[in-house]
Amino acid sequence: MNFAFSDEQEQLRDAVRKFLDAKSPEAEVRRLMETTEGYDPAVWTQMAQELGLQSLHIPEAHGGQGFSFVELGIVLEEMGRVLLCAPYFSTVCLAANAILNVGTDAQQGELLPGIAAGETIATLAFTEPNGKWDASGITMEAKGSGDATTLSGSKMFVIDGHTANTIVVVARQAGTSGEDGIGFYVVDADAKGLTRTPLATMDQTRKQARLDFDGVTATPLGDPGAGWPALSKTLDQAAVCLANEMVGGAQRVLDMSVEYAKVRVQFGRPIGSFQAIKHKCADMLLEVESGKSAAYYAAWAAAEDNEELPVVASLAKAYCSDAYFHAAAENIQIHGGIGFTWEHPAHLYFKRAKSSEILLGDATYHRELLAQRIGI
Amino acid sequence: MDFRDSPGEAAFRDEVRGWLAEHLTDEFAELGGRGGPADETAWETRVEWEKLLGKDRWLGMAWPEEYGGRAAGFTEQVIFNEEYAKANAPARLSLFGEGLFAPTLLAYGTDDQKRRFLPKIQAVEELWCQGYSEPGAGSDLANVQTKAVLDGEQWVVNGQKVWTTLAHRAQWCFCVTRTEPGSHGHHGLSYLLVPMDQPGVEVRPLRQMTGTAEFNEVFFSDARTDAHNVLGEVDDGWKVAMATLGFERGTAFLSQQLGFARELEDLITLAQKRGATADPIVRQELADSFVGVQIMKFNGMRMLTGLVRSGTLGPEASIGKLYWSTWHRQLGERGIRALGADGMELPTGPGYDLDEQHRIFLFSRAETIYAGSSEIQRNIIGERVLGLPREPREKRSNE
Ligand SMILES: Cc1cc2nc3c(=O)[nH]c(=O)nc-3n(C[C@H](O)[C@H](O)[C@H](O)COP(=O)(O)OP(=O)(O)OC[C@H]3O[C@@H](n4cnc5c(N)ncnc54)[C@H](O)[C@@H]3O)c2cc1C
Ligand SMILES: Cc1cc2nc3c(=O)[nH]c(=O)nc-3n(C[C@H](O)[C@H](O)[C@H](O)COP(=O)(O)OP(=O)(O)OC[C@H]3O[C@@H](n4cnc5c(N)ncnc54)[C@H](O)[C@@H]3O)c2cc1C
Repeated sequence: MNFAFSDEQEQLRDAVRKFLDAKSPEAEVRRLMETTEGYDPAVWTQMAQELGLQSLHIPEAHGGQGFSFVELGIVLEEMGRVLLCAPYFSTVCLAANAILNVGTDAQQGELLPGIAAGETIATLAFTEPNGKWDASGITMEAKGSGDATTLSGSKMFVIDGHTANTIVVVARQAGTSGEDGIGFYVVDADAKGLTRTPLATMDQTRKQARLDFDGVTATPLGDPGAGWPALSKTLDQAAVCLANEMVGGAQRVLDMSVEYAKVRVQFGRPIGSFQAIKHKCADMLLEVESGKSAAYYAAWAAAEDNEELPVVASLAKAYCSDAYFHAAAENIQIHGGIGFTWEHPAHLYFKRAKSSEILLGDATYHRELLAQRIGI
Repeated sequence: MDFRDSPGEAAFRDEVRGWLAEHLTDEFAELGGRGGPADETAWETRVEWEKLLGKDRWLGMAWPEEYGGRAAGFTEQVIFNEEYAKANAPARLSLFGEGLFAPTLLAYGTDDQKRRFLPKIQAVEELWCQGYSEPGAGSDLANVQTKAVLDGEQWVVNGQKVWTTLAHRAQWCFCVTRTEPGSHGHHGLSYLLVPMDQPGVEVRPLRQMTGTAEFNEVFFSDARTDAHNVLGEVDDGWKVAMATLGFERGTAFLSQQLGFARELEDLITLAQKRGATADPIVRQELADSFVGVQIMKFNGMRMLTGLVRSGTLGPEASIGKLYWSTWHRQLGERGIRALGADGMELPTGPGYDLDEQHRIFLFSRAETIYAGSSEIQRNIIGERVLGLPREPREKRSNE
């Protein structure tokens, strides 16, 4: 038994942290969050060319480096720490995993090298205006088959849906319901009949779009109709990725709170000497460390691709969602009036925490899923 | 990162399993996981069982071989405890002796002291109790007032201890006493080892809210112990006392998780039988407790990895104590909720015997108090882990 990162993994963390500190300081986050695209194409290219971040866990056969979810988790934790504005989660954690889970070898060979090289921005469009995260939420039907497949309907909350070049759409075969008949389809961003509308997100550091399909031509990925296990697995892997991203942000807000509590003096004492503040920080530490334990363990289970994954994915998503939001909320409280300003970064983390909590299903959703998965 | 056993760990696990399969039979197997906090059932059988553990050096497994141990590392201890819990073997009796006193003795004792006391602990001939708390010294342990004065070849001890668990069963007490007259706070304290079976020691049981009486008041009236029964330097016992607390907060939680996981399983089964799992709130609560107990395991494994690498547990062990005690208390509350109106009744009939759900519900209230209350743990985490400023201290009334 060994629950620690290897020296190589720690070096990866250091390199990513250095890069992100340089490329994604708060000023840059604020600049990008005000744009519609929400990312810097030059940094996106550097991420691929200098650090190989997009190719990290893609197999070598398809232009990747063949690392695992543990390394991916490290990168996400660092990205969450600085609120990196980039289509990384959508491209690598959603689209690439979906392609890996469902695509034939030939399809993977076609789609993954572009992602690995940082040339393709991709996303997974599965949620709809009904806002459901499970199979019942997928109502869009695919018409026809093979090259003659077309999609009509709407997808909502599609991360980076307006900037992606490749969109993996989840739809169902006509007349099916629940987990039956689910299929994946690849759609080009400039396909005829596709309208992409950026959404006004509360959390401006992660962009979303609404996609309206009107008879859009789509290419089936893998075996359409039998896609539920692959979708379920993709969502579990994404939940693990998000949990790791969230603990990065949670640690950052804890650091902010502790730094401030040491220097802010009221009543002649640093506020961190008052137990009301000290105990908040202690509880935050407990939750942040526990969140890390869950997220890291889940990343290992995802890397092993073992039978524990569904349980630990929901477990990590539920716990880290609550822990991050709690820490981000306490961070505002501990900062007093200044924590309520636009200038202070506390609200950026608070908003990211809330949207990440909701994304892929909130803690309540995942606890119910977990109850089912452990047979309660 | 790899959570599987190494080949060496797997072989050791097999050895433990084999031993348990061979020995945990008949009356011992019938005991199941019985005993433990607020449960002194089948004391004699448990003593016999504990002796078996001692004979084959499972009791004392962490001690060096020259003192009868197996020199087992942290990982082996955890593996043993995991298998022990999985086998549903009886709750251990020697927590204070093996768990708290022995590691302190190994760290601070003389060779003579180790040879005198360790074999008796292993043979289960001497049980220990912890004489720290006093009416005026709870969280503020440094306010201890029990006095010890050297009279020739012996210490003479006067004062009162309280909440002393198993004092009525113990042959010895490790006891924080004030040996420097007129000293205050953590100066002038000594860590004395006092025999319980003597006229100067009176033990009065205190009944707990569980209805049972595991803790006691202990009165020392000219109680005596030999001059050499001091651990560490005279008047410099504070750091020895703190080392014991470190063991108390530290290593226990590494192996407790499996017992908790079993309790949660029992509760889930009970809730299912009663149809309570149709209630979405009960489902949420049970799933949340499952998340909590799994993370307890993950936290434990992370700390164990750190412990194996650095050799010591830092103040972050406080997270473990705060975490498990809070989790367990909540499990108790959820258990009663799952019982619905039946939560108002004890299914065991008259006599105030507790079933598992009521036992957890009631006893868990102690766990956020003893071994450093949750408030004290938060202070420790805030100050020693996060480096937040200490509170300005007011003088004690007797300073
Ligand atoms: C929307 C808004 C509108 C406002 N409007 C006005 C206005 O019109 N006029 C005006 O004068 N002010 C106004 N304020 C200021 C407001 O009164 C202060 O923000 C408030 O008094 C807290 O002071 P602070 O921001 O300096 O935080 P601090 O006092 O520095 O507090 C920081 C943190 O430390 C905690 N803390 C401080 N002291 C203690 C203690 N002794 N024990 C435990 N915890 C402690 C606080 O609870 C807080 O969590 C406004 C603030 C806001 C957010
Ligand atoms: C079941 C049980 C078994 C025990 N067994 C033993 C034993 O074997 N040997 C032994 O020596 N002792 C034992 N104890 C005693 C235990 O160690 C003390 O109860 C504990 O240290 C708390 O002390 P106290 O009860 O005097 O409470 P107090 O210290 O008076 O605390 C009362 C409340 O004030 C809070 N408080 C105190 N100081 C602070 C502070 N600085 N900041 C914030 N809050 C504070 C506490 O958290 C608590 O909520 C046992 C206790 C129990 C419940």
